[in-house]
Amino acid sequence: MSLLRSPSEEPLWKDEFSVFTSDERYVTRRQFTKFLTLASLGMFVGNLWILARSYFAKSPAFPSSVIADVNEIPVGGVKLFSYPTPADRCILVRTSEDGFNAFSQKCTHLSCAVYYERETNQLACPCHHGYFSAKDGSVLQGPPPRPLPRILLERQGQELVAIGVKVG
Amino acid sequence: MANSDSSKQKKGLVAIDGAMALIVLLVVVQIWLLSAALESFLAGHAETALPAAIFSGLLFLSCVALTLFASGIDRDSRGQ
Repeated sequence: MSLLRSPSEEPLWKDEFSVFTSDERYVTRRQFTKFLTLASLGMFVGNLWILARSYFAKSPAFPSSVIADVNEIPVGGVKLFSYPTPADRCILVRTSEDGFNAFSQKCTHLSCAVYYERETNQLACPCHHGYFSAKDGSVLQGPPPRPLPRILLERQGQELVAIGVKVG
Repeated sequence: MANSDSSKQKKGLVAIDGAMALIVLLVVVQIWLLSAALESFLAGHAETALPAAIFSGLLFLSCVALTLFASGIDRDSRGQ
């Protein structure tokens, strides 16, 4: 190997770091097929994980918690409360004299807080204009994929007691 | 002789491309299946998890079979 290089030759660093980008980026059909099969395995494992979660998940025990007094909310009024943990914000709506409905306040789309629209009797999400029924929490319009989780209520005299959460 | 080899290789390549396209299709179906199963699970419907997992397993086995098929053809066409 000569020590003197002519100007037309490749620079010295290309000889010393002989990594060829095009070769490095080249993916053979065989490699790509293996990658796809591994991706398929990943999807299958994901499905197995969902299966395991749905079979072994314990149904949570919900505490009973007094959330409001019947007289403190007028018809068409709302009260915000937390249930079952302080981090789970919920909304209680009085739709009629005896109609009390409570739902999780987290929109099922991207978890924005929903609010009550008295005129339409709907729960609205301001982020992406999702609308839920204030009667049963079902999706009426917009991007939310699922109904709002419903807080199960029990009336004990003049008090409203939350006794559980019904998802879906 | 060389012509016959070239034709064999071309046929092998077509078969491998076909198998690869089919695998892509199966993986896309699996992605959809996974997202649907997750959505259903989050909505509190656990009953869809088992059929989704079984179907996903079948799709995975199909992918493995197609990969083996493509490898076999590849080996044959190279004359190994």
